[in-house]
Amino acid sequence: AALPPAKRAELAGGEKPTPWKDVTGYNNFYELGTGKEDPARNAGSLRPRPWTVQVDGEVKRPQTLDVDALARLFPVEERIYRMRCVEAWSMVIPWDGIPLADFVKRMEPTSKAKFVKFTTLEDPAQLPGQRRHVLDWPYVEALRIDEATNPLPLLALGLYGRVLPGQNGAPVRLVVPWKYGFKGAKSIVRITFTEEQPRTTWNEAAPDEYGFYANVNPAVDHPRWSQARERRIGEFFRRKTLPFNGYGDQVAQLYAGLDPRKLY
Amino acid sequence: MAASTPTPAAEAATSATPAPTAPAPPRAAGAAPPPSRARRAGGRRWLVPLAWALGLLPIAKVAYDGLLAPGLGANPIEKVLNRLGFWTLTFLLLSLAPTPARAFLGISWPVRVRRALGLLAFLYACLHFTTYVAVDQFFDWQIIGADLARRPFIGVGFVTLLVLAPLALTSSDAMVRRLGHARWKRLHRLAYAAGVLGVVHFLWRVKKDHTEPLLFAAAFGTLFALRGLDALRRRLVRRAAGPRPGASLSGRGAKVD
Repeated sequence: AALPPAKRAELAGGEKPTPWKDVTGYNNFYELGTGKEDPARNAGSLRPRPWTVQVDGEVKRPQTLDVDALARLFPVEERIYRMRCVEAWSMVIPWDGIPLADFVKRMEPTSKAKFVKFTTLEDPAQLPGQRRHVLDWPYVEALRIDEATNPLPLLALGLYGRVLPGQNGAPVRLVVPWKYGFKGAKSIVRITFTEEQPRTTWNEAAPDEYGFYANVNPAVDHPRWSQARERRIGEFFRRKTLPFNGYGDQVAQLYAGLDPRKLY
Repeated sequence: MAASTPTPAAEAATSATPAPTAPAPPRAAGAAPPPSRARRAGGRRWLVPLAWALGLLPIAKVAYDGLLAPGLGANPIEKVLNRLGFWTLTFLLLSLAPTPARAFLGISWPVRVRRALGLLAFLYACLHFTTYVAVDQFFDWQIIGADLARRPFIGVGFVTLLVLAPLALTSSDAMVRRLGHARWKRLHRLAYAAGVLGVVHFLWRVKKDHTEPLLFAAAFGTLFALRGLDALRRRLVRRAAGPRPGASLSGRGAKVD
């Protein structure tokens, strides 16, 4: 199905997007299997329609939204972003979605709302990878409220002008281009505004390896591999990883005063 | 010790005077006689070439996938590294299986492909390392040096290769003769160390789903336990047979296969 964007923004330095085949064939979505090619193979069990997203917590307007209503709240925009995985590979992806900042403001968070938490569907029938306890299901990710209201993050509904395939987190997922890919929760069923910092899945699984912020930072190595360089899918030579994945101008001010060595 | 010895007196007599005939290998029930050189050179001549042919198939598959239609996916370098690593561990595991298979199942033909399996493990380890150096890092020695020093999983992988190298270098009949069988065997027990290091390398490399490395660990552990069990059994059999007069208790220099 087509998802025609109303606005387009090229934010990957003019780089050619990674081919559709690779964006939809090489994925980390453990709920559909831990191998890179498993999600594409197993996505058939995920039923992305009908789908609702529950919005609750510290908001004036808690509600349950149909995913198609979500797409009508705001004009869908195309954003071409770099995507840097914590495993030191990267892609350039043309996402279609609505700006998270617009969505957050529309929900009218209370003064107590300090964090926004995103929860993935928990249903082993649709997500067979959840039959094994590889991670503590359901998958949870979160942003600070000021990160969530930055203009960059997207609630993505599509790719390349088409609705999101299951393996990429259909029907709605988070995209935060200056953070490692695992921050982008997939197949979201619940968005909760909280006062306390929520537990997040990878941070809880291995706190020394995956921080809450998970900002792309070439200066802080993963304990088991270097984050200084990355392999862009489709390229032979590794290239240097950019601080904040090259989006420092838009986001560095969010972390003023925080020790940059801790920003991982 | 001959199992048919009827009385202690007769045993004393046989051990005191040299046996008139050449000492025959002990033929305990269930244990097949070790193949003589003549038999080794004789039947099933095709076993070793077949082992090599099958053992090289995974390389052919990588070449086929890389050069022809199926492709190696979005991240071909990662996939080639993973496959070569997988086959290194698999052949290392297979090379350790023939001895317990002979001891417990009485199947002796796998022993004849053991050397081929061990050399295949070393070949895959070399290809895995070469891919990492020449393709993955493209001879960036600074990065490779930092990886070896700072990242334990890469360091452990490199040590695994270093442990396998002397085993491959001493794999020929001439080297077995030169080292002496007992010393050669002690050296080649390092294959177990390589197995442990290889599994640790795999475990540390995986992000979260440890199923595959743990399966390898279980398989290596089983083979190691079988070897231990076999050694224990032999010791008990020796003890039950009683100490030979004049034989040292430690059994040093005794040929234990």
